Amino acid sequence: MKPENKKYELLGHLQQEIIRLSTPKQPQQQPSSAGLRIFQTAFPNHRFPTATVHEFISHQPQESAATNGFIAALLHSLCQPQSICLWISPSPLVFPPALKLFGLHPHQFVFVHLPNKKDLFWTLEESLKCNALTCVIGELKNLSFTESRRLQLAVEKSGTTGIIHRHRPLQENTLACLTRWRIQPLPSETANMPGVGFPKWNVQLTKVRNGRPQQWEIEWVNNRFHQINKPHHTVISMDTRKTG
Amino acid sequence: MKRYVSIWFPNFSIDRLLRLYPHLQHTAFVTAAPEKGKMMVKAASEAARQKGVYAGMAVADCRALIPTLRLFEDEPQQTANLLHKIAEWCIRFTPSAATDGADGLMLDVSGCPHLWGGEQPYLQNICTKIRAAGYNIRAAMADTIGCAWAVARFSHTENIAPAMQLHALLPLPPAALRLETHTLQKLHKLGLHQIKNIVQIPAYSLKRRFGETLLSRIRQALGQEEEYIQPVQPEEPFQSRLPCLEPVRTATAIEMALKTLIEDICRQLHKKSRGLRKCVFKGYRIDGNIQQISISTGSASRNATHLLKLFEPRIATIEPALGIELFTLQAPITEELGSGQEALWAASSHNNIKEVAELLDRIANRAGSNAIKRYLPQQHYWPTRSIKMAASLNENPQTEWRTDLPRPVHLLPAPERIDVTVPLPDYPPMLFRYKGRLHKVIKADGPERIEQEWWLQNGLVRDYYCIEDEEGGRFWLFRSGHYGAGDPQWFVHGFFA
Repeated sequence: MKPENKKYELLGHLQQEIIRLSTPKQPQQQPSSAGLRIFQTAFPNHRFPTATVHEFISHQPQESAATNGFIAALLHSLCQPQSICLWISPSPLVFPPALKLFGLHPHQFVFVHLPNKKDLFWTLEESLKCNALTCVIGELKNLSFTESRRLQLAVEKSGTTGIIHRHRPLQENTLACLTRWRIQPLPSETANMPGVGFPKWNVQLTKVRNGRPQQWEIEWVNNRFHQINKPHHTVISMDTRKTG
Repeated sequence: MKRYVSIWFPNFSIDRLLRLYPHLQHTAFVTAAPEKGKMMVKAASEAARQKGVYAGMAVADCRALIPTLRLFEDEPQQTANLLHKIAEWCIRFTPSAATDGADGLMLDVSGCPHLWGGEQPYLQNICTKIRAAGYNIRAAMADTIGCAWAVARFSHTENIAPAMQLHALLPLPPAALRLETHTLQKLHKLGLHQIKNIVQIPAYSLKRRFGETLLSRIRQALGQEEEYIQPVQPEEPFQSRLPCLEPVRTATAIEMALKTLIEDICRQLHKKSRGLRKCVFKGYRIDGNIQQISISTGSASRNATHLLKLFEPRIATIEPALGIELFTLQAPITEELGSGQEALWAASSHNNIKEVAELLDRIANRAGSNAIKRYLPQQHYWPTRSIKMAASLNENPQTEWRTDLPRPVHLLPAPERIDVTVPLPDYPPMLFRYKGRLHKVIKADGPERIEQEWWLQNGLVRDYYCIEDEEGGRFWLFRSGHYGAGDPQWFVHGFFA
């Protein structure tokens, strides 16, 4: 065996070890559910990470709706029919009957509307500490690194999946969240037929700790993600990766 | 020697209605209930009785007599509850008070009257207090239950001296012996109109003709046979007290007191298998001031740690000043809570409704219960009315959520005006301006016409369109009204994913 090969092998082992130490413990070592298989190549160990905090950023109202739609589509794979989720937002915007169109039961969601940012963050942290919830979605504008660290520590203990949706943040600052997503709506495919087609999004995973940031064009058809193109790795500069 | 007071409410359901609606004082009204296919009068007000309406008449006949007659439904359950409450209230006069039929009370007052200065003032006191509350009553005191019952209803004397029951009963009709209707009819047919006619007849012939009941009733009334009442048991409020040896002033001490009291009250609740919905913690200061904090829960709970957590943020609002010498904790509102539940929940760590309920309690405690909402489907087409709030965490939908109509993932609380360029009359717009940006419509679906529900609200009809612009943004627009009738306006109402 060449000495170089040996070196790469050793480095590979070391890399695995680092990933094992630095990724939060997953509650159960089972492969991610079938619905999320499209995304799994981007993540360490090829599993969609639960029991962590995902961050979503949106700017336009249409983008915000697309992001919430994508979150609902993700929840379809993460939730059981009897699980309870909490949706915390400053104002009521999500229309519950639409969640049914993403294969969820709208009555399994409890909505909490808190205009005060302090109350909202407190509620978010408290609910992420509660292991009876499957998923907690928090819509807020700004979040500091320390605050996001608190949320991440809370989920690592409880095993709840946290989703932070930041609409029009003042600054896209670095957070302790495992991932950062950006969802943009794309014109739907109708094959020259009249009318509007299935929801179609440009899904950008701009940051993922120990994983490979990627971009997909995804359609939501019959309660399944449907990929339009092959994934292509976006070139991410070295310093962005370090922040993850 | 036993003494009993019988209280009779001759018009109990009428008195109850008059207390509820004082403006009915001099009007003719009746309570009625369906019986054999027609409405029968159960009780009539004073004014109605004066015009010849009495209990047992058909309501149609009464209407012929008094066209302006007002009709109330007979509510036997509510009336019985009220009577039970009055019986509980009567515990101030004697420890054993019982309800007696649907319109009477029976108090065992043995050994009580001397506390009011004798039997006469005692009976007077009871009557005055109940009459002041607006009830018409007749009361009598005697040695036996049977005698007191008879005298209250069939005589005008109030107090039968000890051992004088036979004398008091002699002139009364046989109905005063609490007999069944067919026995009374038989006695009437035989011309036995007074009790004195009956008691002269030898017991064996009475027994042969009328059965054992008549003899037993006579013996009960005369005190030769024991009879018992079933006193009401007032529900004990869940309460716990903690006096302090020395007045306490520190937050730690208050917290310790609160913890002790909560644990005690949870033990009480556990015994009765109940859970509390509201809890009040009071501190009595040495200067006479009372400091209090209270919490409420979304569902019944008797989890001490959870309740303490709810109280914790409020402890700081207590001002001990010179010190608090007595703490009390009350649970004014409680609910049934099964005991098997806890073990079951503890076993399944996930999707634990109790834990979620406790989390929501904590959120409600901080931000108010209005902040928390859970929705269920409602059968309406109008978008904002197609959902309703769920009353509890366990409530399940009665109908299915609809999936056949496109509904946006974001629905604006109020539709926002937009300017459009639109081909007439029924096409989606080609261009529209929303928040200062021009959107060019590439694809469109619709219209879906949603009419106003005229029985709820009047207004213009809405034609909804799903629109996709050149960047892929998907909107839910609607036109309010028709072209050709007024000037219809366009609105954005939501965003699709």
